[in-house]
Amino acid sequence: MQIYRAHVLVCGGTGCTSSSSVKIMQELETQIANNKLENEVKVVKTGCFGLCAEGPILVVYPEGSMYTMVQVSDIKEIVEEHLLKGRLVKRLLAGNKESENITKSLEGVDFFSRQMRIALRNCGVINPEVVEEYIAFDGYKALGKVLTEMTPEQVIDTMKKSGLRGRGGGGFPTGLKWEFAAKQVADQKYVCCNADEGDPGAFMDRSVLEGDPHSLIEAMAIAGYAIGSNQGYVYVRAEYPIAVKRLEIAINQAREYGLLGKNIFGTDFEFDVEIRLGAGAFVCGEETALMTSIEGNRGEPRPRPPFPAVKGLWQKPTILNNVETYANIPVIILKGAEWFSSIGTEKSKGTKVFAIGGKINNTGLVEVPMGTTLREVVFDIGGGIPKGKQFKAAQTGGPSGGCIPASHLDTPIDYDSLIQLGSMMGSGGLIVMDEDTCMVDIAKFFLEFTVDESCGKCPPCRIGTKRMLEILERITDGKGEVGDIAKLEVLAKNIKASALCGLGQTAPNPVLSTLHYFKDEYMAHVNDRKCPAGVCKSMMQYVISAEKCKSCGICTKVCPANCIKGEKKVPYVIDQDKCLKCGACMEKCPFKAIFKNV
Amino acid sequence: MSTNKCCCGCVDEREQKLQEIIAKYKDTRGALIPVLHEAQEVYGYLPMSVQKKISEGLNLPLSEIYGVVTFYTQFSLKPKGRFKVNICMGTACYVKGSGQILDKFKEKLGIDVGECTEDGKFSLDACRCIGACGLAPVIMINDDVHGRLDPDDVEGVLEKYKDL
Repeated sequence: MQIYRAHVLVCGGTGCTSSSSVKIMQELETQIANNKLENEVKVVKTGCFGLCAEGPILVVYPEGSMYTMVQVSDIKEIVEEHLLKGRLVKRLLAGNKESENITKSLEGVDFFSRQMRIALRNCGVINPEVVEEYIAFDGYKALGKVLTEMTPEQVIDTMKKSGLRGRGGGGFPTGLKWEFAAKQVADQKYVCCNADEGDPGAFMDRSVLEGDPHSLIEAMAIAGYAIGSNQGYVYVRAEYPIAVKRLEIAINQAREYGLLGKNIFGTDFEFDVEIRLGAGAFVCGEETALMTSIEGNRGEPRPRPPFPAVKGLWQKPTILNNVETYANIPVIILKGAEWFSSIGTEKSKGTKVFAIGGKINNTGLVEVPMGTTLREVVFDIGGGIPKGKQFKAAQTGGPSGGCIPASHLDTPIDYDSLIQLGSMMGSGGLIVMDEDTCMVDIAKFFLEFTVDESCGKCPPCRIGTKRMLEILERITDGKGEVGDIAKLEVLAKNIKASALCGLGQTAPNPVLSTLHYFKDEYMAHVNDRKCPAGVCKSMMQYVISAEKCKSCGICTKVCPANCIKGEKKVPYVIDQDKCLKCGACMEKCPFKAIFKNV
Repeated sequence: MSTNKCCCGCVDEREQKLQEIIAKYKDTRGALIPVLHEAQEVYGYLPMSVQKKISEGLNLPLSEIYGVVTFYTQFSLKPKGRFKVNICMGTACYVKGSGQILDKFKEKLGIDVGECTEDGKFSLDACRCIGACGLAPVIMINDDVHGRLDPDDVEGVLEKYKDL
């Protein structure tokens, strides 16, 4: 094996790939060859580092120097300065570029130093398309230990003691789920993985699939051994082409190495994994709907009980866990249940990956111990709100969750505290909103989503959410009626109580939670016909200040509706009847004379 | 197979591919969705004639196939444009103004969501979160991702595809 003096890790996650990390790799290879360094420096394509906002990212080892927002044209300098002469290219290093103590390595960057990476341990570290790299980082060691040293009961016992709960939304104890399935007597059982990451704004499962697919395969095989199953299915979104490709490569490599198939590790245990592609239906993230979809049908949920552990895929006992849950399992087996349960809070053990996005500086993936406060995640790791704006709320749990207002920024985040705040963990999407976000509009956005994604099987969800959406549309259109808010509350209560599956039962949550914390905004829309955030177009006007207007005429040129009139030395005026409220004039006005009147 | 030839006597390659796909999955449980995915890749969409052939090949009722095709948003009964414009409507993109980006595309292309331009070049869809939230607001044109967009960038993005 060849030893290299330096390694350059280039992020090959979706975010960086779309901002040309592929071209960066090619340029690196070219420049390295030009400087005759090909026997000294190796370029590695890895999974996602998590700091997607700063992409494309590359890291040079042994120093661990992280270069952000790298352009193809910067590569020559990085190769000639850093790799050839050993001098850092300071202007591209992560962190505060003005500071004297410029951050020289990954560990020094706030974004990383405050994290604890268990599920994401290999993302951005190994090349996901090379099984040897996974094995070098203790890959498949847990599977070997389980098969040769542990009984299935001991595996389940370890899972139960670890306190691991499902990371996909519900937070059900993983060990308990496995125990139910293990106790069933059947000729066939199945292990399924939910990689149908439908929660808009959450992309941690994608990152594990793209950056560390073998950890999923290993964990599914461990689950198979524990419950007595020889067949696994990964149900993955078709919208994730890179993830699907890397998972396919990983499965084939595992088969070649005898880590999948018959007689794994020389024992009589056999296990194999197949990929099934989703087809763009959010409801298929619900466990019974997912199984119905794998069976080749319309992905409609089934009533429970019977629970999947008794009658799941093709009516056989089945366990379903999501990607992030599985990614924790090999580490728990190797380091022990006690180690894992020492992290986190009393009832939520371990870490959680959050996909932070929206109005935040460091958009990306962060993994922190359960019990970390929202303030730490948003401000210390996430870098706060751009443009000096005020934090208004964070939305967690996607279309099934709710909002957490600024007054609760110091609540430690875990499964139970979020439920108490009227939200939920969900899969870990965390969207930050600032003062410019209208909470009624956000509630409407999520309702539009659920109405669109409702499978139509049960009336409360099919009809009820539609009625709620109609009311919200009325309110945001400035046509809200007295009593609309009460109607929303009644509908929400009834849908929660009577819908068939988790999607329907949680669909009213975004409305209930915004009503709870931001009722004054709803009232302003209904009673005063005003949108305080200035988002709802029907209630807002663009006006030109007569004092500030210098009659330059730039606004008339950009106005697509031709509705701004004026002449030299006379302030311009917007014809409100024709105005489309596009805001183009406000953006272009050099004197800041145009403003929103809400 | 006699249906392999079109009116001019040439062999319809797409139909041959479809039959290969059906043969590959014939004995797999739950084969319908993978077959539909691959058939759509061959034809670009799933017209009734293709669904009928799948129905015969897999020995499934046509009604069931139609039910599945119309349930999932990824399957389309109508042809799409050569360049499929997908605007991400995930939460992260939404709060960063993907609605305005969508409006701009509608205006520039002169079509609504789910429609195709007359020359068959562009089709427009609003899609689910594509997980590139770091680049929000983000769109995809076929497999190319364009991120950190401003409504003013829309024209420039479309310009790149005009002469292709």
